[in-house]
Order: sequence, then C-alpha cells, then structure tokens
Amino acid sequence: MVTLTIDGLVVHVPEGTTIMEAAKSVNVKIPHLCYLKDINEISACRICCVEVEGERAMVAACSNPVKDGMVVHTNSTRARNTRRTNVELILSQHDCKCATCVRSGNCQLQNVANDLGILELPYETQLAKGRRSAWTKTFPLYRDFNKCIKCMRCIQICDKVQTLNIWDLAGTGSRTTVDVSGNRVIKDSDCALCGQCITHCPVGALRERDDTEKVRMALADKEKITVVQVAPAVRTAWGEYFGLKREEATMERMAAALRRMGFDYIYDTNFTADLTIMEEGNEFLHRLKSGALVRWPMFTSCCPGWVRFLKGQYPELTSQLSTAKSPQQMFGALSKTWLAEKLGVSPEKICCVSIMPCVAKKAEAALPTMAGEYGPDVDIVLTTRELVRMMRADHLDPHFIKEEPLDSPMGTHTGAGVIFGTTGGVMEAALRTASYVLTGENPDPDAFSEVRTEPGLREVTYTVAGIPVRCAVVSGLGNARKLIEQLKEGKVHYDFVEVMVCPGGCVGGGGQPISVEDEELFGVRGERLYELDRENPLRFSHENPEVQALYQEYLGEPLGEVAHHLLHTDHKAWDMPKQD
Amino acid sequence: MSRLSIETPGRAQTVLDGLHRDMDCRINASAHGLCPVDMSLNYLRLCHAQTCGKCVPCRIGLGQLENLIEQVLDGDATMETIDTIERTARVIADSAGCAIGYEGAHMVLKGIRGFREDYEEHVLHGRCISALTFPVPCVSACPAHVDVPGYVALVNEGRYEEAVSLIRKDNPFPSSCAYVCEHPCEGHCRRAMVDDAINICGLKRFAVDNAKPQPAKILHEPTGKTVGIIGGGPGGLTAAYFLSQMGHQVTVYEQRPKLGGMLRYGIPDYRLPHDVLERDIEHILTTGINVITDVSIGKDVSMEDIQKSFDAVYISIGAHNDKKLGIEGEDAINVVSAVGLLRRIGEGDAPDFTGKKICVIGGGNVSMDATRTARRLGAESVTCVYRRRVDDMTALAEEIEEAMAEGCQILPLQAPARIEKDEEGKVAALWTTPQIIGPYGKDGRPKPISADVPEFRIECDYVIVAIGQAIDARPFESIGIKTFKGMIQAEDTSSVADVDNVFAGGDAVSGPSTVIRAVAAGKVAAANIDAYLGFDHKINTDIVVPPAHLSNAPPCGRVNLKSHCTSDCQGNFDLVVDGMSKKEAKQESERCLRCDYFGFGVFKGGRNNEW
Repeated sequence: MVTLTIDGLVVHVPEGTTIMEAAKSVNVKIPHLCYLKDINEISACRICCVEVEGERAMVAACSNPVKDGMVVHTNSTRARNTRRTNVELILSQHDCKCATCVRSGNCQLQNVANDLGILELPYETQLAKGRRSAWTKTFPLYRDFNKCIKCMRCIQICDKVQTLNIWDLAGTGSRTTVDVSGNRVIKDSDCALCGQCITHCPVGALRERDDTEKVRMALADKEKITVVQVAPAVRTAWGEYFGLKREEATMERMAAALRRMGFDYIYDTNFTADLTIMEEGNEFLHRLKSGALVRWPMFTSCCPGWVRFLKGQYPELTSQLSTAKSPQQMFGALSKTWLAEKLGVSPEKICCVSIMPCVAKKAEAALPTMAGEYGPDVDIVLTTRELVRMMRADHLDPHFIKEEPLDSPMGTHTGAGVIFGTTGGVMEAALRTASYVLTGENPDPDAFSEVRTEPGLREVTYTVAGIPVRCAVVSGLGNARKLIEQLKEGKVHYDFVEVMVCPGGCVGGGGQPISVEDEELFGVRGERLYELDRENPLRFSHENPEVQALYQEYLGEPLGEVAHHLLHTDHKAWDMPKQD
Repeated sequence: MSRLSIETPGRAQTVLDGLHRDMDCRINASAHGLCPVDMSLNYLRLCHAQTCGKCVPCRIGLGQLENLIEQVLDGDATMETIDTIERTARVIADSAGCAIGYEGAHMVLKGIRGFREDYEEHVLHGRCISALTFPVPCVSACPAHVDVPGYVALVNEGRYEEAVSLIRKDNPFPSSCAYVCEHPCEGHCRRAMVDDAINICGLKRFAVDNAKPQPAKILHEPTGKTVGIIGGGPGGLTAAYFLSQMGHQVTVYEQRPKLGGMLRYGIPDYRLPHDVLERDIEHILTTGINVITDVSIGKDVSMEDIQKSFDAVYISIGAHNDKKLGIEGEDAINVVSAVGLLRRIGEGDAPDFTGKKICVIGGGNVSMDATRTARRLGAESVTCVYRRRVDDMTALAEEIEEAMAEGCQILPLQAPARIEKDEEGKVAALWTTPQIIGPYGKDGRPKPISADVPEFRIECDYVIVAIGQAIDARPFESIGIKTFKGMIQAEDTSSVADVDNVFAGGDAVSGPSTVIRAVAAGKVAAANIDAYLGFDHKINTDIVVPPAHLSNAPPCGRVNLKSHCTSDCQGNFDLVVDGMSKKEAKQESERCLRCDYFGFGVFKGGRNNEW
C-alpha cells in the first residue's frame, strides 16, 4: 500500500494505482477528457495535470502512478491555470456549435468547460475546411473532424478491444488528426460498424448517420402504414436519458410513447427472436446430426457487426454462419408478407422501422440480400439514441406516459427472446429449445445459465439427450478473434458458437445511450434482461403462441420452404470491401 | 558625439543567438516520418523571416510560396498549384538578390522534386503519406532497434545484467557495440532539444563492463531444422544466435581461425580489446552453435554442397578485400592494404615498424585505424594523406583528434600521384599532387581539384592503402546468386531472388558498413529464415523496465568519455578511452527523457517486448 496526500486528504491505495484513481477513491474527481481507464491512459489532453510537490513540471494524473509520501494538489493556482488554458486550447480547435450537436448535454468537453466557467476564449478558432473536413453522409458511421479533440479513444477502443484498427492518426505536426487508418476512406475499410468508437467518444465527433428525418417523413405520409419493432436491449437503456428507473422504462411505456409519436403498429423484435430460435435451433440440430460441425462450429448470425467482421477478416469461414436472418430482418420480411396479408394491404404501403441498440443494423438492413419481391425487409433503422432524440423532439416525457400493451400478432415474446440482447442469450435460448426438440420435454429454464457471461470467452459442454454439445460464447471482437485463432490452430473444438460484436452483447451496443461518466453499463442492462426473462411466464421460444400460430398459418414448419425463402439468407451473396 | 563606438550585442540579440543554437539542435533531433511538405513549409517561413525586405522575389515571393504550400496542406490546392509553386520558386531562385531568397527557393525546389508524391497526395486526396511509425527516436534510429530507454533506465537502477540482457534481445554484441558502435541512436536523441544527446554508447559500456556473464536462454524447443551460416562476423553470429534461440541447429563456417570477423580482424585492440569481443562470442556460443573454422567456401567446400546440406543458408561474408589506388609504383615492396595489415595483427602476426616512416592513404575510419596502429607498431612518423579537407574525412571526428594527439600527421588536400621505389623495388617516397577544394559534385560533397603547384614528395618506407574495401562473392555465383560489383543481390528481407533456401545480408550485400548494420541484417535474416522454415518463433524478454520519473532532470551537461592518448604510444595497444564512473553513469542515465513513456510512446507503445 502507498500513502499519499491529495488536496490535504490522506489516501491509502495499492501500489501502481494512478493519481487519478487514488483521487477518485477519496471522491476527488480530477477533470479529464482523453482518459479511459485501462484503455486510454495516455495523458494527451493534459486536463488532468496536477501539481506534485517536488516535481518540476505538472504531472498527468491519468497515467502516472502514486508514490509513497507524494503530496498532490489538484486545485493549486498552477493546476487551475493549467486546466483552464488547456481546455481553452481544445475549445479553439473544436466546433463549439453545441446547439446543433447530438452530444449537447451529454458532452464531456461541454461539462469540463462549463464547470470551469469559461465564458470567452482568448484564442482564434481554427477549424479544418474543405477536403480536410470531408466525410461521407451515406455510411452508417459519421465523423465530424471539427468536433474531434484527438483524445485517441476511438483508436484505442478499436485497436485494443475490437482489434480492427480502423482508426489511426493521420498526418504529422500541427495538422495531425484522427482518420481511417492506412489512408483509406471509411466506405472502403473493413469497419464492422460496432459503434464502440461512438459510445466511447467524449464529444460529438462520432455518431450514427441520423435517419430520424426519414422516419418523420414516413409518419407524416398518410399512405404509409408504419410498423415499428424494438430490439430487446433497447428497453434496458432508453430511459437513461430521462432519468427513468430501469424497471420503469418498460417496453409497454415505450409502446405508448411510440404510439403518441404516430406509429401505427408497435411490435417487438423479441417475437422474431423467438422465431430465430425455431429456425436457427433446428438448423443447428440439422448441421450437428449431419456431421457438418466436426471441424468448424456453427456461428450465430444475428449480430450484423459480427457477420461483417467474419466476412472481412475470415471470409473462408462465412459458410459456418447460420443462414438464419437476424431477428430484425425476419421481422421485416414477415411485416411485408404475413402481416401485410393479415392487414389486407400491399407490402409497399408498409414502412418497417426498427429501433436497435446498434449501428451495424443500419448496414444490415441496406444489404441487397435483405429484400424480397416486397421490397426491403426493413426500411429504416434507428438507434436507441435516435429514438430518444425523436421523443425529445416531440417533448414526450415518459414519466407521464402510462404503459400500453403492444399490438398483435408480433408483440408477444418469451423470456428466451428477451435475453437475445445480452451476451450468451442467443445460446441459452437456443439450448432451451434444442433440449426440448431432442428430448420432447422442457428442461429447467435456468439449466443453461452458465453461458451467461462477461465479455470474455465462456465455454460449456452440455449433454442433451445423450449428445454432447460443445458451446462457446464470446463478445467483443478482440475476444472473438482470439477464439477464431484458437479454432484455426485446432486448439479448441466447438459445435455452436455465439458471438456478439459489442462487449457484453447488444446491451452494450454502439447505438445505445452514452454515459458521460464513462460508465460501462452492459452489466446492469444485461441483468435487467435476465429479470425480464425470469418474470415472463413463457421461458421457451417454442412456447410463444403467436410463433406457433405463424407456423400453422403461414410458414409450415421450421426450415420449410416458406421459412427458407423469407427467413434465411445467403451470406456469400455480398462482399466486404477488399483490403490490400 | 563619438565618431565610433565598440559594438556589443544587445540582450535581445544574445538571446536570439541562443535560440538559433537551440533550433539547430532541435532540427537535428527531428523524428523520422514527419510530413516533408509541412516541414519544408516551416523551413520556408524561417527563410522568409530572415529576409531584409529589399527585393521582390524574396520579400513577397517566399510569402506567396508559403500560401501556396499551405493550400496544399489544407487540401485546397489543385495540381496546377504545384506547378505554380515550382514556377514561382524557380523565378525566385533565379532572380532573388541574395542567398536569403534564392537558397530559400532552392529548398522548395528540392522538395518539389524530392517528395513530389507527398505534395500530390495532399492535393489529390487531402491526406498525408507520412506517419510516425515508431515513437522512440533512438530506437527507430538504431538499425537493430535496441531498446535504448529500457537499458538506460536499468543502468540507472544499477541492474546491469538485465540491461545487457535487454540489449541482447535485439543485438547479441552488446560488449563490442559498447566500444565501437557509431551510435546513430544519439543523432536523433530528443534530449538534444534540452541540452545535448544522451551518451548512450557510454552508458552501454558502463553496463557491459559491470555486468556479470550469464549464459544465453534457449527460448524455443528444438525444431530439427538446420541452418548453415557462411561468415562468423557480427552479422553471421547474430543470425546464428537468434536462430539457435528459436530452436534451429546452426552451423557457422568461418574462413579464419577464430570467430568475430572484422571485429577481430579489422578493429585494433586499443579500440576493442579481444577479451571484450570474447565476452560476446562466448555468450553467443552458449546457445549451442556448431562452429567450423579455417574453411573457405568455394575452396575447401563447395557452395552447392552447403546449400544441399542445410534447410536454409545465410551468407554473411565481410568486406575483406582491399581496393587499389591505380597509380604508378603501387606494386612496390612495402605497399600494403590497411585491411591486410589489420588482419595480420588480428592473427597475432604484427609487423615491426620501429624507426620507419609510414604514409597512410585515405580518410575513413579504417585509415585512422591503420594510422594509429602504425604508430603503435613503432613508426617514427605516420602521415595520413587525404585528397580532400580534414572536414571532409568520413572518419569519426574523435578518431582524427586522437590520431593527431598520438603524434600522427594528417596531410589533407594531397592526392596520391605515384609511389617512388628505391633500387630494391621498395617504397622510397609517396608523391602527391596538391589540391584545392572545389565545387560540389553530384554526391553533394565538394570535390578536390588540382592546386596547379608542383608535386609534393613525402619520404617513407611503407605506404598503407585505406581507400575502401571490397567483397568477393564470386564463389556464390555457382548456385545462381546474382552479384553486382562483387556484392550479392538480395532483398531487404535478406532473401536471394531465384535461389531457394539461401539468404544474404550485411557487408556482403550492402558493401562495407558498420557493426550495428551487420547485426540488424542478421536479426532480419533470422526472423525471415525462421518464417521460411515454417515457424513464427518470437524472441522476447521478461525484463520489467523501471517506471519513468514524473518530470525531467533540468538541463545538465553530457558526460563524454575521456581518452588518454599520448604520442609515446609505441608498442601500447591498451584501450585509450576510459569508461564512465558510477557517479557519471547515474547522472547521465538520469538525463534520459524516457520517450518510451512520455509523448507518443505512452500512446503507441514505446516498447516491443518481442519481435
């Protein structure tokens, strides 16, 4: 243990603790911008500089360890001047039009500057112009060079956590900026669109492509029937902005809000999560029994970032992906066919909007393969953040909105469907139903809870009806890459592997609300999904009555001809941009 | 009012003069990988600030060039902008009234021609080709990428064995390099921005002189693969060391009776004592390398046989042949080559020069070695004859100073004309043509031209020729290896085109170069031979480098090593340069700015723990 003094308070912390974390332990919050614990401790913004007695220069609190007897001042005149001037310098190269920024009110730079009471800048504003600030408006990931403060967090998240190295410094000297690595443009890169760079950006430099206007136009179009589906993870996080307790931010309250916004039918992606289990679970059993999983496992395919990653990094393994479409796309396909028939309207009249915790879903919906004779499965994809922005625009305060039921027939779901939104959920839901299919009776719904995970690898072998099923669950692309490398080296063998691109799964998705305090919220959000699973009287996808009705009325049987046509896809029918 | 007064510089001028010196040091310490367009814009701004303001091309033109280059960097330019820059710079270079203007414009023109693709990338794509690839300047400047801040920090803590082990991760010749490395690392040391470069080589010497010997670690299981290495010099032994650590069975073929190559047979004892070299070789051999000495490829064993008997072969022969002057009388008795002389001494067969007068021809480091060695062999006088100025000599400045301190004479601006023989056919004198220094040649160096004065006669008993070395790669042509001017044609990866399983590097490929370049080539070869054999073995270390200090030491003088050369050094081959004291080493290592941690290092990783 090391003993030191911070602002007159005596602090005992383990050796190796940074000054920043030592201060935090006694509730001294040292302002910072670039610091992201364990990921980006590079003292680039120099906002966290503190005065350490006996040192000649100011010391960055984020990257330097404490020493015994150290005397630290975070609010000496020198520390205050350093902090203020460095923030003023950052502001001089930041586009400070907060009124038109998605992160206003949720911006670390705004907070730091406001806290310091900076009312005017002594420096000339220097912003990039022309080609140096150009970025495509069509790609689902948008970057604003003039909001970027070069904190390097995006580079580090992508390098260290996701191992895709999409971002890097570009140029040298005074014009150094952050851009796509290797002088590529983003459209030509192998970006998985996980959006982790967005959710770890302290300012508004990175965001999703904003599609809210398209939704507004669809809602205003009297000819259009707007059908909205909401992904499981969205319900764990949408209330965060409004300060709603997690258990009060229910799907039913959101349904009421969506109805007030003008959506005609409010449905749940959980419904097609249950359907995915019917298709993917049966596909898995088919592949397992036919001996197709001896060398390579079957991979889940519901995470479009993962599909992009696999096709970009290991295209030779594409055929190991389940051919089942993701729940979003299954929903879209059914909305334009089964639902259209039920409503007695032509599919072109239906505008299918999905609300997702995800940026990659925008790219998935736009794939040429995700369409039928009825048009695209899904017309518009919004992130959770865009949903919140639309609610704010309509001045809807969910505190004062009563819960309302979802519409039928695609509003019913089981607990197995809801846990799709967290890492391990797809696997667990699939195992519950596979066990039923093989044995003819339901297992204990919590029998497979060992696959509930933190982001790291979890491997479990279950024996179902005498058949050993080797399962692995992983989230985060760095973890996924490790797993694939091990598979390639033949060090491990699995039958079924679930991969989610975002650490913690969709609850930690790149389209989810952003914590201005840099809290990683996938844990608490994931726990909320398990609560919803436990509270649901239906815990097995095959018991979803509306799914059963769907098969009886329309699809026939899992993997049947209609199901194959509407609910499965060819992952090889499109390519990721080729890399040198 | 007095008619005249003594002018003393004002306070502002004195400070500014200091700033000029600061900038000089700073520019030298520039990192590799900076955008050349951005740098040249800023040099141009400096040129413009120097203008007196009288002439249009300089006063206005340099400023307009700045605007145009700025447009290029801002992505606002077109390809025509580059043409406008070139046209304008040419006019300024042609018409500016003085050097402030025309030399400023010349710098721009050099850039437009030298890195036009950088200009074009900015114009066409609004991007920059350049990037800082490795964050630590000394590590990136070292050809073998030795972890300099790491071992300097270990020396600071008195952990000498670990410092040496850390060096060995990238360079198995820590002791030899501590004595004779030309230390390119120091040329880019960022500490020069504060006061002066760290004496990195001196600190390495302190580490190797204070570390206890340790056996090498074998890092990987035996692979059953065999590698033959031709040439037991620093390059060959480096490859052998790393390949052996990777688990391959290595056999080294050496032409001479002992290992070490030029380190043993080319560098005199007073610079590199044999026991220092032995420390490195003994450590290298603890990895279990087979050594076959006194064997010459092409004579005692054919290259075809070698190629067939090993899974892979690395050719790392040295530049042991001399170059000829091509002047009359060169065939006289007692005309010897410097490499030949030094080799004889390395073999223990030193000639006696007592009372003799010696002329050494050449201005490089080998020439200085021959000059100083001749003095030690008892020569009455040693004159080093060089056709350019002392400033143009390629030998290290301290070598020249020490040679002079030992009583050798440097005779610059004398081009060898012919060698006069006595009646026995022995050397009687060297005749030279006096030169003056002239215009710059294509190589960027001023050329000597005849002074048009009578020839000069230097009476002497021996002429030692040190005008360069050559490689003899002919024995390797038999298996289809291509050579050019005696040197082997190999890739940067050390692989040899069209010849399976053969690699080559070091002097054999590049021509005569430094120890550390040979080591670097051996390291590259080891990695690529390992990959060729189907492996991806890593060389790594588990040494934990001490954490960096929180703020840096205030400006402090650099500790230079002291040499104690005297003119009565006849017969004395003892070391002439003393190492640091413990106090000096502590202070010097304290000066390190720890670029592995501060600045770019903490972001991009200032340390490669394995390669």
